[in-house]
Amino acid sequence: MIPLHWYLWLGSVVFCIGMAGFLMRRNIIIMFLSIELMLNGVNINLVALSHYMQDLRGQVLTLMVIAVAAAEAAVGLAIVIALFRNRPTVHVDEITEMKG
Amino acid sequence: MEYVLWIPLLPLIAFWVNILLGKGVLRGQAHWPSVLAVGGSMVLAVRVLFDVIHGQTMNQDIYTWILSDNFRVSVGFLIDQLTAVMLIVVTTVSFLVHVYSIGYMHGDKGYPRYFAYLSLFTFSMLMLVMSNNFLQLYFGWEAVGLCSYLLIGYWYEKRSASDAGKKAFIVNRFGDFGFGLGVILIFVTFGSLHYMPVFERAPEFISRTVNIYGLEVNLITLIALLLFCGAVGKSAQLPLHVWLPDAMEGPTPVSALIHAATMVTAGVFMVARCSPIYDLSPTAMAVVAVVGGVTALFAATIALVQNDIKRVIAYSTISQLGYMFLACGVGAYSAGIFHLYTHAYFKALLFLCAGSVMHAMAGELDMQKMGGLKRYMPVTYWTMLVASLSISGIPGLAGFFSKDEILFSAYAAGGVGRVVWVLGTLAALLTAFYSFRLIYLTFHGEFRGTEEQRHHLHESPPVMTVPLILLCIGAVGAGWVGIPEILGGKNHFGEFLSPVLRHPHYEVSHAEEWMTMALSVTVAVVGIVVATVFYIKDTSIPVRLARRFPFIYRVLWNKYYVDEFYNLIVVRPTLFVANSIIEGFTDRKVIEGIVNGLPAFVGWLGAQMRKVQNGVLQHYGMIMATGVFVILALLLVKVLGG
Repeated sequence: MIPLHWYLWLGSVVFCIGMAGFLMRRNIIIMFLSIELMLNGVNINLVALSHYMQDLRGQVLTLMVIAVAAAEAAVGLAIVIALFRNRPTVHVDEITEMKG
Repeated sequence: MEYVLWIPLLPLIAFWVNILLGKGVLRGQAHWPSVLAVGGSMVLAVRVLFDVIHGQTMNQDIYTWILSDNFRVSVGFLIDQLTAVMLIVVTTVSFLVHVYSIGYMHGDKGYPRYFAYLSLFTFSMLMLVMSNNFLQLYFGWEAVGLCSYLLIGYWYEKRSASDAGKKAFIVNRFGDFGFGLGVILIFVTFGSLHYMPVFERAPEFISRTVNIYGLEVNLITLIALLLFCGAVGKSAQLPLHVWLPDAMEGPTPVSALIHAATMVTAGVFMVARCSPIYDLSPTAMAVVAVVGGVTALFAATIALVQNDIKRVIAYSTISQLGYMFLACGVGAYSAGIFHLYTHAYFKALLFLCAGSVMHAMAGELDMQKMGGLKRYMPVTYWTMLVASLSISGIPGLAGFFSKDEILFSAYAAGGVGRVVWVLGTLAALLTAFYSFRLIYLTFHGEFRGTEEQRHHLHESPPVMTVPLILLCIGAVGAGWVGIPEILGGKNHFGEFLSPVLRHPHYEVSHAEEWMTMALSVTVAVVGIVVATVFYIKDTSIPVRLARRFPFIYRVLWNKYYVDEFYNLIVVRPTLFVANSIIEGFTDRKVIEGIVNGLPAFVGWLGAQMRKVQNGVLQHYGMIMATGVFVILALLLVKVLGG
């Protein structure tokens, strides 16, 4: 039987890789993928803990996260396409319209 | 005697009517409410006089003004012999000046404002003289000062007029500061501000002293001198006389009413009113007498060389006010009030005549540019001549009786009285001289003005000359109520006032009384003769004298450099402190530093915060992640630690 903390380590590592990717990569598509990684890191944690605690609520929440991630991906990609139509770049450094 | 309430109330109503309706409704008719109100007050004042003669006096509080623990002040009226005399003086002169102003101020664009202020002044002055306590006296005192300021600066577009108004107000502050302290000291000492309890209990405190920085000072003397500070300011005595000559920037009827007949005599009235306090302090009395005597002579010497017609009369006023204080200082309060009363008429007349001359000369003030006006304006000439004879002390006229009584009282009082008697007699000589110098330069000889002015010369309209004639009657006859006994008369005036003012009896022989009288008449005649020689017979003498004694002439011409002296020790340091410390440091650095610094700091902070929002998505993410980690770390520490 694989101990719980292995799953937790895996989840944390996936989450951290995702976060590092989100913070460091400039390509907006890669950043998008990084967000998915972060979400899935969390999902791994949730499922592992759900199994460990014999409580289904964790898995329900995971399904919910996957649903939200799908919707988010749809909206996010739509934004990226809209952005790309106006500016021929996928480099976030050059997109600073949100400046205060 | 409840009707006395209406005496001050009528002018106050006229003031409000003129302030509210003057500009929009009344305009050129704005004199009506004021003249009618003051006329009504005058009628009531005459009624008061008759009631008082029949022995009716009144001392009544009508309204509790301030009530705080044991501090209790009322608005109340004290109607006695002294008040009755003051009411007559104030209302009659005020009424005649109001009437005269109809002609003098005709067509001025501030006509309603002028009459509003004039009525407000009359109200304030009446409150001052009718008060039965020190705080109401102080209220009237400050209110007349305010009206004086407003009316001196009446033509406020003129720089010199607004400056003169400010000067009068500020110089008076110096005196009023002492006066205010005196009132406070009276309350601290007696626990009351009403005249009667204070005067009754004053003898109990006669040997009480207070310690001022190690110096033991008699309490009563201190109170008397502090009150006298106010009188020195208000009545333009040395060393605070400098504002009165400048106050001549105001309209001439104002000079006649405020700066000759009424307001400036408030100091004399106050000293007479507080005579129970002054009588207890020989030191304060001596100070009053000496200040009065020195001022009488000092101002008269300046008047000798001035060329501005109104300023000569202004210095003459200062000099005559000095006489009144001189009288009070030697204990002859009723003589002082007697002079106040006669002076009100002949001095108001002098001013109104000067106003009439200015009216004819289109505002010209320099006597060197006048001359020969006798032919053009006979009424003005004759009335002014009578006023000048009266002020010089020619027997039979008002000024003679009062001035003679003062000089005799000073002589008879002995001690310091003899000194001030000499000063007063010398001043009488100079008074006769400068009064006739003014008459000769203005009305005699050849006309020295421009052709244009000559064509414009005319006698003033009846609305101006009738008040002159009425005042002329006062300048002649006002003194007949106080004819000395050696001339076969009876001093009704002094007797009338005797319930209020101690009437001294002197151990002096008739021969000495004759001597002082003969001397004062002689100096008057000598003064007039010398003036005649100087300005009619041989007009080159004054010029030669001025060349012969250039130093004396320069000192007199520059009024002893008092203004320059004050400029050096008071005005410049004050301006320096105001400009470089108050404005330069406190205002510019501290206050503006805070006011401008606070928004600048907030702006700077905002600019720093803006840098965080640089629009770079990944920075936001970084901040968010950092925040999450910090919160998690804190939670972790709490869970593990707890």
